[in-house]
Amino acid sequence: MAEFTLPANSKVGAGKTWQAPAGATRIKNFKIYRWNPDDDQNPRIDTYEVDLATCGPMVLDALIKIKNEIDTTLTFRRSCREGICGSCAMNIDGTNTLACLKPIDEIEGDVTIYPLPHMPVVKDLVPDLTQIYAQYRSVKPWLQAESPPPPDRERPQSIEEREKLDGLWECILCFCCSTSCPSYWWNGDRYLGPAVLLQAYRWIADSRDEATGERLDRLEDPFRLYRCHTIMNCTKTCPKGLNPAKAIAEIKKLMVMRR
Amino acid sequence: MAKTLRSPLGRALGLGSAKEGVEHWWVQRLTAVALVPLSLWFVTSVIALAGADHATVLAWLSRPLVAILMVLLVGTSFYHASLGLQVIIEDYVHHEGAKIAALVLNKLVCFALAVAGIFAVLKIAFGG
Repeated sequence: MAEFTLPANSKVGAGKTWQAPAGATRIKNFKIYRWNPDDDQNPRIDTYEVDLATCGPMVLDALIKIKNEIDTTLTFRRSCREGICGSCAMNIDGTNTLACLKPIDEIEGDVTIYPLPHMPVVKDLVPDLTQIYAQYRSVKPWLQAESPPPPDRERPQSIEEREKLDGLWECILCFCCSTSCPSYWWNGDRYLGPAVLLQAYRWIADSRDEATGERLDRLEDPFRLYRCHTIMNCTKTCPKGLNPAKAIAEIKKLMVMRR
Repeated sequence: MAKTLRSPLGRALGLGSAKEGVEHWWVQRLTAVALVPLSLWFVTSVIALAGADHATVLAWLSRPLVAILMVLLVGTSFYHASLGLQVIIEDYVHHEGAKIAALVLNKLVCFALAVAGIFAVLKIAFGG
């Protein structure tokens, strides 16, 4: 059955509180999921009191401040700090988003931070993305064409054809959407999930690609594609404002059209 | 999960695409659309028959158009129900044996109920 409770070794306990230094003026509590694969203990929630007076505006700024000044063992991924690399995707205040794009002052009360839901955890806020990267690879996310490109230039594409890729190419593969999808939680071993399906559609919709038929063949499956039940969590949570649910609907439309 | 040394891509590709699912998806929507007028007709008819005696309802049900619509309603409802239940079972039942048992039971029960319902309508319609 689908799992509605956490297994015993995943139950989250209370952790320790890291108090703000004396003289802190604007304290905000950050309650952060901690789990270490090496100490044989259950996950716990540590509370960090952060002085916002000396902290940058985004949640990622607070995480970096915690790691630099309070607790160096806190582990998380980050790189570009401007919403283009997708590394710092995590569950903040109950919603999957990018820590670098999430302003602290949008969150009322304590800031709760968990790793992306329902993924294996490597450590603390770092999820294991091996499986989802493999699923991404399985849709062959690259241009496939038998016709050779013109010898002296790139493959031509009209303005209208290029516009079909808008809302698709912007996806940064942070997987906020896939890990917000209940269908992906329950059947992520076979369902490809919104991020990978949006990427699949990005190549299906590309006028220069000649493998559309094979791409649709590979997706035509009760689990790979049709586990999408238009729950729409993906579209609601996407930190880039994209619409994976619509991309999936377009794939379903093409499946009917080619019959 | 049991440890496996199979590559992540190998696991993601699994048994490959089943090359089906469109038919299921399309028929589920087709039956849903058909059920909109059929259900509206059925509900308004039952309201109109409120308080009528047994003989009146039987006479109504044995009119050709009414019997045809009833047969369509019963058949479409159980077809739609079986398609929907199948999706729910596939979503939530992950034990392979229990899943197959539930899927088989779903198909057989929905089919039997549809046959029983249609038989009842025809029996009345043909003056059984």
